Amino acid sequence: MLEVREISKTFNAGTVNEKLALDKLSLTLEDGDFVTVIGGNGAGKSTLLNAIAGTFPVDEGRIFLDGKDLTKLPEYKRAAFLGRVFQDPMMGTAPTMQIEENIALAARRGQHRGLRWGITKADRAHYREMLSTLGLGLEDRMTTKVGLLSGGQRQALTLLMATIRKPSLLLLDEHTAALDPKTAAKVLEISDRIVSENHLTTLMITHNMKDAIAHGNRLIMMDAGRIILDVSGEEKKRLTVADLLEQFTKLSPEGEANDKMLLS
Amino acid sequence: MVFFTSLFSSLPGAAAQGLIWGLMAIGVYITFRILDVADLTVDGSLATGGAVCVMLIKAGVDPWLAILAALLAGILAGFVTGILHTCAGIPAILAGILTQLMLYSINLRIMGSAANQAVSVTKYSLLLSQRYVHEFSFRNPILLLTAFLLVIIAILYWLFGTELGASIRATGTNRHMARAQGINTNKNIVLGLMLSNGLVALSGALLSQYQGFADINMGRGAIVIGLAAVIIGEVLFDKLFKNFALKLLGVVIGAVIYYFVIQIVLQLPFFSTNDLKLFTALVVAVFLAIPYFKKKFAKGKAKGGAGHA
Repeated sequence: MLEVREISKTFNAGTVNEKLALDKLSLTLEDGDFVTVIGGNGAGKSTLLNAIAGTFPVDEGRIFLDGKDLTKLPEYKRAAFLGRVFQDPMMGTAPTMQIEENIALAARRGQHRGLRWGITKADRAHYREMLSTLGLGLEDRMTTKVGLLSGGQRQALTLLMATIRKPSLLLLDEHTAALDPKTAAKVLEISDRIVSENHLTTLMITHNMKDAIAHGNRLIMMDAGRIILDVSGEEKKRLTVADLLEQFTKLSPEGEANDKMLLS
Repeated sequence: MVFFTSLFSSLPGAAAQGLIWGLMAIGVYITFRILDVADLTVDGSLATGGAVCVMLIKAGVDPWLAILAALLAGILAGFVTGILHTCAGIPAILAGILTQLMLYSINLRIMGSAANQAVSVTKYSLLLSQRYVHEFSFRNPILLLTAFLLVIIAILYWLFGTELGASIRATGTNRHMARAQGINTNKNIVLGLMLSNGLVALSGALLSQYQGFADINMGRGAIVIGLAAVIIGEVLFDKLFKNFALKLLGVVIGAVIYYFVIQIVLQLPFFSTNDLKLFTALVVAVFLAIPYFKKKFAKGKAKGGAGHA
Protein backbone atom coordinates (compact mmCIF):
# COMPACT_ATOMS: atom_id res chain seq x y z
CA MET A 1 0.00 0.00 0.00
CA LEU A 2 1.25 3.43 -0.96
CA GLU A 3 0.40 6.39 1.20
CA VAL A 4 1.41 9.88 0.07
CA ARG A 5 0.59 12.48 2.74
CA GLU A 6 0.40 16.13 1.78
CA ILE A 7 3.65 16.34 -0.14
CA SER A 8 4.80 19.63 -1.65
CA LYS A 9 7.66 20.45 -3.96
CA THR A 10 8.75 23.82 -5.29
CA PHE A 11 11.43 23.98 -7.97
CA ASN A 12 13.79 26.96 -8.25
CA ALA A 13 12.42 28.49 -5.06
CA GLY A 14 13.17 32.20 -4.76
CA THR A 15 13.92 32.73 -8.46
CA VAL A 16 11.82 34.03 -11.35
CA ASN A 17 11.48 30.40 -12.45
CA GLU A 18 9.88 29.37 -9.16
CA LYS A 19 7.38 26.63 -9.80
CA LEU A 20 5.10 24.90 -7.32
CA ALA A 21 5.09 21.41 -8.82
CA LEU A 22 3.32 19.54 -6.02
CA ASP A 23 0.83 21.30 -3.77
CA LYS A 24 0.04 19.38 -0.55
CA LEU A 25 -0.82 16.34 -2.61
CA SER A 26 -2.21 13.26 -0.88
CA LEU A 27 -2.83 9.89 -2.50
CA THR A 28 -3.44 6.38 -1.23
CA LEU A 29 -3.11 3.26 -3.36
CA GLU A 30 -4.47 -0.07 -2.14
CA ASP A 31 -2.55 -3.23 -2.94
CA GLY A 32 -3.26 -4.29 -6.51
CA ASP A 33 -4.53 -0.87 -7.58
CA PHE A 34 -3.60 0.04 -11.16
CA VAL A 35 -3.96 3.80 -11.32
CA THR A 36 -3.61 5.82 -14.50
CA VAL A 37 -2.57 9.47 -14.18
CA ILE A 38 -3.48 12.16 -16.71
CA GLY A 39 -3.10 15.92 -16.79
CA GLY A 40 -1.66 18.73 -18.90
CA ASN A 41 1.99 19.56 -19.30
CA GLY A 42 3.41 20.83 -16.03
CA ALA A 43 0.54 19.41 -13.97
CA GLY A 44 3.06 17.61 -11.75
CA LYS A 45 2.53 14.03 -12.93
CA SER A 46 6.19 13.17 -13.40
CA THR A 47 7.12 15.19 -10.32
CA LEU A 48 4.77 12.99 -8.31
CA LEU A 49 6.40 9.80 -9.59
CA ASN A 50 9.90 11.17 -9.10
CA ALA A 51 9.04 12.30 -5.57
CA ILE A 52 7.91 8.76 -4.76
CA ALA A 53 11.03 7.31 -6.41
CA GLY A 54 13.28 9.73 -4.50
CA THR A 55 14.88 11.50 -7.46
CA PHE A 56 14.71 14.62 -5.26
CA PRO A 57 13.62 15.24 -1.65
CA VAL A 58 10.16 16.70 -1.10
CA ASP A 59 9.82 20.04 0.74
CA GLU A 60 7.13 18.76 3.08
CA GLY A 61 4.88 15.78 3.61
CA ARG A 62 5.65 12.08 3.96
CA ILE A 63 5.63 9.03 1.74
CA PHE A 64 4.90 5.53 3.09
CA LEU A 65 5.06 2.24 1.22
CA ASP A 66 3.77 -0.89 2.98
CA GLY A 67 4.06 1.04 6.25
CA LYS A 68 7.73 1.98 5.70
CA ASP A 69 8.57 5.67 5.71
CA LEU A 70 10.44 6.34 2.44
CA THR A 71 10.59 10.12 2.84
CA LYS A 72 14.21 10.30 3.93
CA LEU A 73 15.57 7.28 2.03
CA PRO A 74 17.92 7.97 -0.89
CA GLU A 75 16.78 6.99 -4.38
CA TYR A 76 18.92 3.87 -4.62
CA LYS A 77 17.56 2.48 -1.34
CA ARG A 78 13.94 3.07 -2.33
CA ALA A 79 14.66 1.18 -5.53
CA ALA A 80 14.53 -2.05 -3.50
CA PHE A 81 10.75 -1.63 -3.28
CA LEU A 82 10.08 0.05 -6.63
CA GLY A 83 10.04 -0.84 -10.30
CA ARG A 84 10.45 2.06 -12.70
CA VAL A 85 10.11 2.61 -16.43
CA PHE A 86 10.92 6.04 -17.80
CA GLN A 87 9.56 8.04 -20.73
CA ASP A 88 12.97 8.09 -22.42
CA PRO A 89 13.82 4.55 -23.62
CA MET A 90 17.51 5.42 -23.17
CA MET A 91 17.09 5.99 -19.43
CA GLY A 92 16.06 2.61 -18.13
CA THR A 93 18.87 0.42 -19.42
CA ALA A 94 22.67 0.38 -19.60
CA PRO A 95 23.40 0.73 -23.34
CA THR A 96 26.99 -0.52 -23.30
CA MET A 97 26.06 -3.69 -21.43
CA GLN A 98 24.51 -6.90 -22.73
CA ILE A 99 20.83 -7.76 -22.39
CA GLU A 100 21.60 -10.51 -19.87
CA GLU A 101 23.91 -8.22 -17.90
CA ASN A 102 21.16 -5.62 -17.67
CA ILE A 103 18.69 -8.21 -16.39
CA ALA A 104 21.24 -9.53 -13.90
CA LEU A 105 21.67 -6.01 -12.50
CA ALA A 106 17.91 -5.73 -12.06
CA ALA A 107 17.59 -9.21 -10.58
CA ARG A 108 19.84 -8.13 -7.69
CA ARG A 109 17.93 -4.94 -6.95
CA GLY A 110 17.75 -4.43 -3.20
CA GLN A 111 20.31 -7.16 -2.52
CA HIS A 112 23.95 -6.97 -1.56
CA ARG A 113 26.23 -6.85 -4.60
CA GLY A 114 29.37 -8.72 -3.74
CA LEU A 115 32.19 -10.54 -5.43
CA ARG A 116 30.12 -13.40 -6.77
CA TRP A 117 30.20 -13.76 -10.54
CA GLY A 118 27.56 -11.52 -12.12
CA ILE A 119 25.57 -14.13 -14.08
CA THR A 120 25.30 -17.86 -13.41
CA LYS A 121 24.12 -20.58 -15.77
CA ALA A 122 20.85 -20.92 -13.85
CA ASP A 123 20.33 -17.14 -14.11
CA ARG A 124 20.77 -17.35 -17.85
CA ALA A 125 18.15 -20.03 -18.31
CA HIS A 126 15.74 -18.06 -16.14
CA TYR A 127 16.34 -14.82 -18.07
CA ARG A 128 15.89 -16.59 -21.39
CA GLU A 129 12.53 -17.90 -20.26
CA MET A 130 11.42 -14.48 -19.04
CA LEU A 131 12.57 -12.78 -22.25
CA SER A 132 10.64 -15.25 -24.38
CA THR A 133 7.41 -14.14 -22.69
CA LEU A 134 7.91 -10.69 -24.23
CA GLY A 135 7.52 -12.22 -27.68
CA LEU A 136 10.20 -10.01 -29.21
CA GLY A 137 12.82 -12.66 -29.93
CA LEU A 138 15.21 -11.09 -27.41
CA GLU A 139 15.80 -14.51 -25.82
CA ASP A 140 18.05 -15.34 -28.78
CA ARG A 141 20.05 -12.13 -28.44
CA MET A 142 20.99 -12.28 -24.77
CA THR A 143 24.57 -11.12 -25.33
CA THR A 144 23.59 -8.22 -27.63
CA LYS A 145 24.46 -4.77 -26.30
CA VAL A 146 21.26 -3.02 -25.26
CA GLY A 147 22.36 0.11 -27.13
CA LEU A 148 21.63 -1.76 -30.37
CA LEU A 149 17.96 -2.38 -29.50
CA SER A 150 15.04 -0.29 -30.73
CA GLY A 151 13.14 2.03 -28.37
CA GLY A 152 10.25 -0.43 -28.05
CA GLN A 153 12.56 -3.35 -27.33
CA ARG A 154 14.35 -1.31 -24.68
CA GLN A 155 11.08 -0.31 -23.00
CA ALA A 156 9.90 -3.92 -22.97
CA LEU A 157 13.24 -4.96 -21.49
CA THR A 158 13.05 -2.16 -18.90
CA LEU A 159 9.58 -3.39 -17.94
CA LEU A 160 10.92 -6.88 -17.46
CA MET A 161 13.79 -5.50 -15.40
CA ALA A 162 11.44 -3.36 -13.30
CA THR A 163 9.34 -6.39 -12.39
CA ILE A 164 11.82 -9.28 -12.27
CA ARG A 165 11.95 -8.76 -8.52
CA LYS A 166 8.33 -8.13 -7.64
CA PRO A 167 8.16 -4.46 -6.63
CA SER A 168 5.76 -3.13 -4.01
CA LEU A 169 4.94 -0.40 -6.49
CA LEU A 170 5.49 -0.10 -10.24
CA LEU A 171 6.00 3.43 -11.59
CA LEU A 172 5.41 3.88 -15.33
CA ASP A 173 6.25 7.43 -16.42
CA GLU A 174 4.69 7.82 -19.88
CA HIS A 175 6.71 4.81 -20.89
CA THR A 176 5.11 4.55 -24.32
CA ALA A 177 5.13 8.25 -25.24
CA ALA A 178 8.36 8.06 -27.23
CA LEU A 179 7.29 5.03 -29.27
CA ASP A 180 5.42 4.75 -32.57
CA PRO A 181 1.70 3.87 -32.14
CA LYS A 182 2.06 0.20 -33.03
CA THR A 183 5.05 -0.35 -30.72
CA ALA A 184 3.35 1.70 -28.00
CA ALA A 185 0.32 -0.58 -28.16
CA LYS A 186 2.53 -3.66 -27.93
CA VAL A 187 4.45 -2.30 -24.92
CA LEU A 188 1.16 -1.36 -23.21
CA GLU A 189 -0.16 -4.84 -23.81
CA ILE A 190 2.98 -6.32 -22.22
CA SER A 191 2.63 -3.88 -19.30
CA ASP A 192 -0.99 -4.93 -18.75
CA ARG A 193 -0.09 -8.59 -18.79
CA ILE A 194 2.84 -8.25 -16.38
CA VAL A 195 0.79 -6.10 -13.99
CA SER A 196 -2.18 -8.46 -13.90
CA GLU A 197 -0.10 -11.66 -13.73
CA ASN A 198 1.85 -10.36 -10.75
CA HIS A 199 -0.96 -8.33 -9.15
CA LEU A 200 1.33 -5.30 -9.10
CA THR A 201 0.31 -2.03 -7.52
CA THR A 202 0.91 0.39 -10.37
CA LEU A 203 0.97 4.10 -11.05
CA MET A 204 1.01 4.86 -14.78
CA ILE A 205 1.26 8.32 -16.31
CA THR A 206 -0.06 8.70 -19.82
CA HIS A 207 -0.80 11.52 -22.21
CA ASN A 208 -3.32 9.36 -23.99
CA MET A 209 -6.84 9.64 -22.50
CA LYS A 210 -8.04 6.51 -24.28
CA ASP A 211 -5.22 4.52 -22.70
CA ALA A 212 -5.95 6.08 -19.33
CA ILE A 213 -9.55 4.89 -19.57
CA ALA A 214 -8.79 1.47 -21.05
CA HIS A 215 -6.17 0.48 -18.49
CA GLY A 216 -6.27 0.08 -14.74
CA ASN A 217 -9.05 0.23 -12.18
CA ARG A 218 -8.70 3.85 -11.17
CA LEU A 219 -7.93 7.14 -12.91
CA ILE A 220 -6.69 10.39 -11.43
CA MET A 221 -6.38 13.76 -13.17
CA MET A 222 -3.80 16.27 -12.01
CA ASP A 223 -3.54 20.00 -12.41
CA ALA A 224 -1.17 22.54 -10.86
CA GLY A 225 0.33 19.97 -8.49
CA ARG A 226 -2.99 18.72 -7.15
CA ILE A 227 -5.34 15.84 -7.88
CA ILE A 228 -8.52 17.34 -9.35
CA LEU A 229 -10.34 14.14 -10.30
CA ASP A 230 -10.26 10.63 -8.86
CA VAL A 231 -12.49 8.02 -10.49
CA SER A 232 -12.56 4.27 -9.89
CA GLY A 233 -14.61 1.12 -10.27
CA GLU A 234 -17.77 1.12 -12.39
CA GLU A 235 -17.68 4.88 -12.73
CA LYS A 236 -14.27 4.67 -14.39
CA LYS A 237 -15.40 1.93 -16.78
CA ARG A 238 -18.16 4.19 -18.08
CA LEU A 239 -15.78 7.15 -18.70
CA THR A 240 -15.32 8.50 -22.22
CA VAL A 241 -12.69 10.86 -23.63
CA ALA A 242 -15.42 13.49 -24.00
CA ASP A 243 -16.26 13.17 -20.27
CA LEU A 244 -12.64 13.64 -19.34
CA LEU A 245 -12.20 16.71 -21.53
CA GLU A 246 -15.33 18.23 -20.07
CA GLN A 247 -14.15 17.52 -16.53
CA PHE A 248 -10.76 18.94 -17.30
CA THR A 249 -12.19 22.20 -18.65
CA LYS A 250 -14.45 22.46 -15.64
CA LEU A 251 -11.93 21.57 -12.94
CA SER A 252 -8.71 23.11 -14.17
CA PRO A 253 -8.31 26.72 -13.07
CA GLU A 254 -6.60 27.46 -16.37
CA GLY A 255 -9.78 26.06 -17.87
CA GLU A 256 -8.50 24.70 -21.11
CA ALA A 257 -7.17 21.43 -22.33
CA ASN A 258 -3.79 21.96 -23.89
CA ASP A 259 -2.98 20.87 -27.42
CA LYS A 260 -1.12 17.76 -26.47
CA MET A 261 -4.06 16.37 -24.52
CA LEU A 262 -6.48 17.08 -27.35
CA LEU A 263 -4.26 15.58 -29.98
CA SER A 264 -3.70 12.35 -28.10
CA MET B 1 71.74 3.92 -40.95
CA VAL B 2 72.61 5.56 -37.64
CA PHE B 3 68.95 6.49 -37.42
CA PHE B 4 67.89 2.85 -37.58
CA THR B 5 70.54 1.40 -35.29
CA SER B 6 69.88 3.94 -32.58
CA LEU B 7 66.13 3.53 -33.05
CA PHE B 8 66.49 -0.22 -32.84
CA SER B 9 68.52 -0.08 -29.67
CA SER B 10 65.94 2.19 -28.08
CA LEU B 11 63.03 -0.17 -28.70
CA PRO B 12 63.43 -2.49 -25.66
CA GLY B 13 63.43 0.55 -23.38
CA ALA B 14 60.36 1.89 -25.13
CA ALA B 15 58.62 -1.46 -24.70
CA ALA B 16 59.38 -1.55 -20.97
CA GLN B 17 58.24 2.03 -20.46
CA GLY B 18 55.16 1.35 -22.55
CA LEU B 19 54.26 -1.59 -20.33
CA ILE B 20 54.69 0.44 -17.14
CA TRP B 21 52.60 3.27 -18.55
CA GLY B 22 50.15 0.68 -19.86
CA LEU B 23 49.32 -0.14 -16.25
CA MET B 24 48.81 3.56 -15.62
CA ALA B 25 46.60 3.76 -18.72
CA ILE B 26 44.44 0.92 -17.42
CA GLY B 27 43.81 3.12 -14.38
CA VAL B 28 42.80 5.98 -16.67
CA TYR B 29 40.59 3.60 -18.66
CA ILE B 30 38.69 2.67 -15.49
CA THR B 31 37.77 6.28 -14.73
CA PHE B 32 37.58 7.79 -18.21
CA ARG B 33 35.86 4.95 -20.03
CA ILE B 34 34.16 2.75 -17.45
CA LEU B 35 33.09 5.37 -14.88
CA ASP B 36 32.77 8.26 -17.33
CA VAL B 37 34.68 10.54 -14.96
CA ALA B 38 37.71 12.60 -15.99
CA ASP B 39 40.06 12.14 -13.04
CA LEU B 40 43.14 14.34 -12.79
CA THR B 41 44.26 12.89 -9.45
CA VAL B 42 46.52 10.54 -11.39
CA ASP B 43 49.21 13.14 -12.03
CA GLY B 44 49.72 13.26 -8.28
CA SER B 45 49.07 9.63 -7.37
CA LEU B 46 51.65 8.38 -9.89
CA ALA B 47 54.35 10.34 -8.08
CA THR B 48 52.92 9.25 -4.72
CA GLY B 49 53.37 5.64 -5.79
CA GLY B 50 56.94 6.29 -6.83
CA ALA B 51 57.77 8.25 -3.69
CA VAL B 52 56.30 5.69 -1.29
CA CYS B 53 58.03 2.83 -3.07
CA VAL B 54 61.47 4.44 -3.20
CA MET B 55 61.42 5.65 0.39
CA LEU B 56 60.33 2.26 1.71
CA ILE B 57 62.98 0.42 -0.30
CA LYS B 58 65.59 2.84 1.02
CA ALA B 59 64.33 2.06 4.51
CA GLY B 60 65.05 -1.61 3.85
CA VAL B 61 61.51 -2.78 3.07
CA ASP B 62 61.06 -5.65 0.62
CA PRO B 63 60.34 -4.24 -2.88
CA TRP B 64 57.14 -6.31 -3.20
CA LEU B 65 55.87 -4.87 0.06
CA ALA B 66 56.94 -1.43 -1.13
CA ILE B 67 54.80 -1.63 -4.26
CA LEU B 68 51.91 -2.95 -2.18
CA ALA B 69 52.24 0.11 0.06
CA ALA B 70 52.31 2.31 -3.05
CA LEU B 71 49.09 0.66 -4.22
CA LEU B 72 47.44 1.43 -0.88
CA ALA B 73 48.65 5.05 -0.98
CA GLY B 74 47.10 5.43 -4.45
CA ILE B 75 43.83 3.90 -3.22
CA LEU B 76 43.78 6.48 -0.42
CA ALA B 77 44.36 9.31 -2.92
CA GLY B 78 41.45 8.06 -5.04
CA PHE B 79 39.31 7.89 -1.91
CA VAL B 80 39.99 11.57 -1.16
CA THR B 81 39.00 12.62 -4.69
CA GLY B 82 35.92 10.40 -4.50
CA ILE B 83 34.78 11.91 -1.22
CA LEU B 84 35.39 15.47 -2.47
CA HIS B 85 33.32 14.66 -5.56
CA THR B 86 30.43 12.63 -4.13
CA CYS B 87 30.05 13.93 -0.57
CA ALA B 88 31.11 17.54 -1.09
CA GLY B 89 29.53 17.93 -4.53
CA ILE B 90 32.71 19.23 -6.18
CA PRO B 91 32.84 18.52 -9.94
CA ALA B 92 35.02 15.47 -10.63
CA ILE B 93 37.66 17.36 -12.62
CA LEU B 94 38.08 19.96 -9.90
CA ALA B 95 38.08 17.34 -7.13
CA GLY B 96 40.91 15.58 -8.97
CA ILE B 97 42.89 18.79 -9.39
CA LEU B 98 42.51 19.59 -5.68
CA THR B 99 43.76 16.16 -4.61
CA GLN B 100 46.57 16.38 -7.14
CA LEU B 101 47.73 19.65 -5.63
CA MET B 102 47.46 18.25 -2.10
CA LEU B 103 49.56 15.32 -3.21
CA TYR B 104 52.34 17.61 -4.44
CA SER B 105 52.95 18.73 -0.85
CA ILE B 106 52.39 15.26 0.53
CA ASN B 107 54.79 13.71 -1.97
CA LEU B 108 57.48 16.19 -0.93
CA ARG B 109 56.89 15.18 2.69
CA ILE B 110 57.13 11.50 1.78
CA MET B 111 60.44 12.15 0.02
CA GLY B 112 61.81 14.02 3.01
CA SER B 113 61.46 17.46 1.42
CA ALA B 114 63.62 16.47 -1.55
CA ALA B 115 62.42 16.86 -5.13
CA ASN B 116 63.84 13.46 -5.98
CA GLN B 117 65.17 10.35 -4.31
CA ALA B 118 67.30 7.68 -5.94
CA VAL B 119 67.44 3.91 -5.41
CA SER B 120 70.34 2.35 -7.21
CA VAL B 121 69.95 -1.22 -8.35
CA THR B 122 73.55 -1.87 -7.27
CA LYS B 123 72.72 -0.99 -3.67
CA TYR B 124 69.18 -2.33 -3.35
CA SER B 125 67.44 -5.41 -4.65
CA LEU B 126 64.83 -4.02 -7.03
CA LEU B 127 62.11 -5.88 -8.90
CA LEU B 128 63.12 -4.32 -12.19
CA SER B 129 65.68 -1.95 -13.59
CA GLN B 130 66.34 -0.10 -16.79
CA ARG B 131 69.89 -1.39 -16.67
CA TYR B 132 68.93 -4.90 -17.78
CA VAL B 133 66.50 -3.92 -20.52
CA HIS B 134 68.88 -5.06 -23.29
CA GLU B 135 69.80 -8.30 -21.59
CA PHE B 136 68.62 -11.67 -22.72
CA SER B 137 67.93 -12.99 -19.21
CA PHE B 138 65.29 -13.39 -16.54
CA ARG B 139 66.11 -10.07 -14.97
CA ASN B 140 65.04 -8.24 -18.12
CA PRO B 141 62.22 -5.96 -16.88
CA ILE B 142 60.06 -6.65 -19.95
CA LEU B 143 59.55 -10.21 -18.78
CA LEU B 144 58.40 -9.29 -15.28
CA LEU B 145 56.23 -6.43 -16.56
CA THR B 146 54.47 -8.63 -19.10
CA ALA B 147 53.65 -11.24 -16.47
CA PHE B 148 52.62 -8.54 -14.00
CA LEU B 149 50.24 -6.91 -16.49
CA LEU B 150 48.66 -10.22 -17.50
CA VAL B 151 47.91 -10.93 -13.83
CA ILE B 152 46.45 -7.44 -13.33
CA ILE B 153 44.27 -7.78 -16.43
CA ALA B 154 43.05 -11.20 -15.26
CA ILE B 155 42.14 -9.78 -11.84
CA LEU B 156 40.31 -6.82 -13.39
CA TYR B 157 38.47 -9.11 -15.81
CA TRP B 158 37.23 -11.11 -12.85
CA LEU B 159 36.43 -8.04 -10.76
CA PHE B 160 34.35 -6.31 -13.43
CA GLY B 161 32.50 -9.55 -14.08
CA THR B 162 31.27 -9.82 -10.49
CA GLU B 163 28.01 -8.36 -9.21
CA LEU B 164 29.89 -5.43 -7.73
CA GLY B 165 31.94 -4.88 -10.90
CA ALA B 166 28.84 -5.01 -13.09
CA SER B 167 27.21 -2.40 -10.86
CA ILE B 168 30.26 -0.15 -11.29
CA ARG B 169 30.02 -0.50 -15.07
CA ALA B 170 26.30 0.31 -14.90
CA THR B 171 27.10 3.38 -12.81
CA GLY B 172 29.42 4.62 -15.54
CA THR B 173 27.14 3.93 -18.46
CA ASN B 174 23.81 5.17 -17.01
CA ARG B 175 23.55 6.72 -13.54
CA HIS B 176 19.73 6.93 -13.74
CA MET B 177 19.36 3.27 -14.54
CA ALA B 178 21.88 2.31 -11.89
CA ARG B 179 20.03 4.16 -9.14
CA ALA B 180 16.67 2.83 -10.32
CA GLN B 181 18.14 -0.66 -9.93
CA GLY B 182 19.18 0.07 -6.36
CA ILE B 183 22.85 0.75 -7.05
CA ASN B 184 24.62 3.23 -4.78
CA THR B 185 26.24 5.23 -7.58
CA ASN B 186 28.20 7.50 -5.24
CA LYS B 187 29.80 4.53 -3.51
CA ASN B 188 30.68 3.00 -6.87
CA ILE B 189 32.27 6.20 -8.15
CA VAL B 190 34.45 6.33 -5.03
CA LEU B 191 35.36 2.65 -5.44
CA GLY B 192 36.26 3.20 -9.10
CA LEU B 193 38.44 6.19 -8.27
CA MET B 194 40.19 4.19 -5.54
CA LEU B 195 40.86 1.27 -7.86
CA SER B 196 42.06 3.55 -10.65
CA ASN B 197 44.45 5.54 -8.50
CA GLY B 198 45.69 2.38 -6.82
CA LEU B 199 46.76 1.03 -10.20
CA VAL B 200 48.28 4.37 -11.18
CA ALA B 201 50.33 4.50 -7.98
CA LEU B 202 51.39 0.91 -8.61
CA SER B 203 52.56 1.99 -12.04
CA GLY B 204 54.46 4.88 -10.41
CA ALA B 205 56.12 2.43 -8.04
CA LEU B 206 57.26 0.22 -10.92
CA LEU B 207 58.44 3.28 -12.85
CA SER B 208 60.53 4.54 -9.95
CA GLN B 209 62.29 1.19 -9.62
CA TYR B 210 62.74 0.93 -13.36
CA GLN B 211 64.37 4.35 -13.69
CA GLY B 212 66.07 4.13 -10.29
CA PHE B 213 64.54 7.24 -8.75
CA ALA B 214 61.31 8.95 -7.77
CA ASP B 215 60.77 12.53 -8.78
CA ILE B 216 58.22 15.08 -7.61
CA ASN B 217 57.40 15.82 -11.27
CA MET B 218 57.28 12.26 -12.55
CA GLY B 219 53.50 12.39 -12.86
CA ARG B 220 53.23 15.69 -14.68
CA GLY B 221 51.00 15.19 -17.71
CA ALA B 222 50.46 11.53 -16.83
CA ILE B 223 46.74 11.83 -17.53
CA VAL B 224 47.51 12.86 -21.11
CA ILE B 225 49.87 9.93 -21.69
CA GLY B 226 47.25 7.62 -20.19
CA LEU B 227 44.58 9.07 -22.47
CA ALA B 228 46.88 8.74 -25.47
CA ALA B 229 47.34 5.04 -24.69
CA VAL B 230 43.60 4.50 -24.20
CA ILE B 231 42.76 6.25 -27.45
CA ILE B 232 45.48 4.58 -29.53
CA GLY B 233 44.36 1.21 -28.17
CA GLU B 234 40.74 1.93 -29.03
CA VAL B 235 41.40 3.30 -32.50
CA LEU B 236 43.60 0.35 -33.49
CA PHE B 237 41.74 -2.53 -31.84
CA ASP B 238 38.14 -1.33 -31.67
CA LYS B 239 36.94 -3.84 -34.27
CA LEU B 240 39.16 -6.65 -33.09
CA PHE B 241 38.92 -6.59 -29.30
CA LYS B 242 35.36 -6.93 -28.00
CA ASN B 243 36.12 -8.83 -24.82
CA PHE B 244 36.83 -6.73 -21.72
CA ALA B 245 40.20 -8.37 -21.02
CA LEU B 246 41.24 -7.79 -24.63
CA LYS B 247 40.18 -4.15 -24.40
CA LEU B 248 42.50 -3.72 -21.41
CA LEU B 249 45.22 -5.47 -23.38
CA GLY B 250 44.52 -3.02 -26.22
CA VAL B 251 45.13 -0.13 -23.83
CA VAL B 252 48.50 -1.63 -22.80
CA ILE B 253 49.50 -2.18 -26.43
CA GLY B 254 48.37 1.41 -27.06
CA ALA B 255 50.85 2.59 -24.43
CA VAL B 256 53.67 0.51 -25.95
CA ILE B 257 52.91 1.90 -29.40
CA TYR B 258 52.87 5.39 -27.95
CA TYR B 259 56.42 4.90 -26.62
CA PHE B 260 57.57 3.40 -29.92
CA VAL B 261 56.23 6.46 -31.77
CA ILE B 262 57.91 8.73 -29.23
CA GLN B 263 61.24 6.98 -29.90
CA ILE B 264 60.81 7.47 -33.64
CA VAL B 265 59.96 11.13 -33.16
CA LEU B 266 63.00 11.58 -30.92
CA GLN B 267 65.28 10.18 -33.62
CA LEU B 268 64.09 12.82 -36.06
CA PRO B 269 66.24 15.92 -36.41
CA PHE B 270 64.89 19.06 -34.72
CA PHE B 271 62.79 17.23 -32.08
CA SER B 272 64.09 17.06 -28.52
CA THR B 273 62.63 15.51 -25.37
CA ASN B 274 61.47 19.00 -24.40
CA ASP B 275 58.91 18.85 -27.19
CA LEU B 276 57.36 15.58 -26.03
CA LYS B 277 54.58 17.04 -23.91
CA LEU B 278 53.51 19.34 -26.74
CA PHE B 279 53.58 16.45 -29.17
CA THR B 280 51.61 14.15 -26.83
CA ALA B 281 48.97 16.73 -26.02
CA LEU B 282 48.47 17.53 -29.70
CA VAL B 283 48.10 13.84 -30.60
CA VAL B 284 45.51 13.37 -27.85
CA ALA B 285 43.66 16.55 -28.85
CA VAL B 286 43.42 15.36 -32.46
CA PHE B 287 42.18 11.90 -31.51
CA LEU B 288 39.66 13.25 -29.00
CA ALA B 289 38.36 15.64 -31.66
CA ILE B 290 37.88 12.96 -34.32
CA PRO B 291 34.63 11.49 -32.90
CA TYR B 292 33.19 15.01 -32.60
CA PHE B 293 33.97 15.94 -36.19
CA LYS B 294 32.80 12.56 -37.43
CA LYS B 295 29.44 13.17 -35.78
CA LYS B 296 29.22 16.73 -37.05
CA PHE B 297 30.08 15.61 -40.57
CA ALA B 298 27.54 12.77 -40.47
CA LYS B 299 24.84 15.15 -39.21
CA GLY B 300 25.60 17.66 -41.93
CA LYS B 301 25.23 14.93 -44.52
CA ALA B 302 21.92 13.75 -43.07
CA LYS B 303 20.57 17.30 -43.13
CA GLY B 304 21.67 17.79 -46.72
CA GLY B 305 20.00 14.52 -47.69
CA ALA B 306 16.74 15.58 -46.12
CA GLY B 307 16.91 18.87 -47.96
CA HIS B 308 17.11 17.10 -51.30
CA ALA B 309 14.28 14.72 -50.51
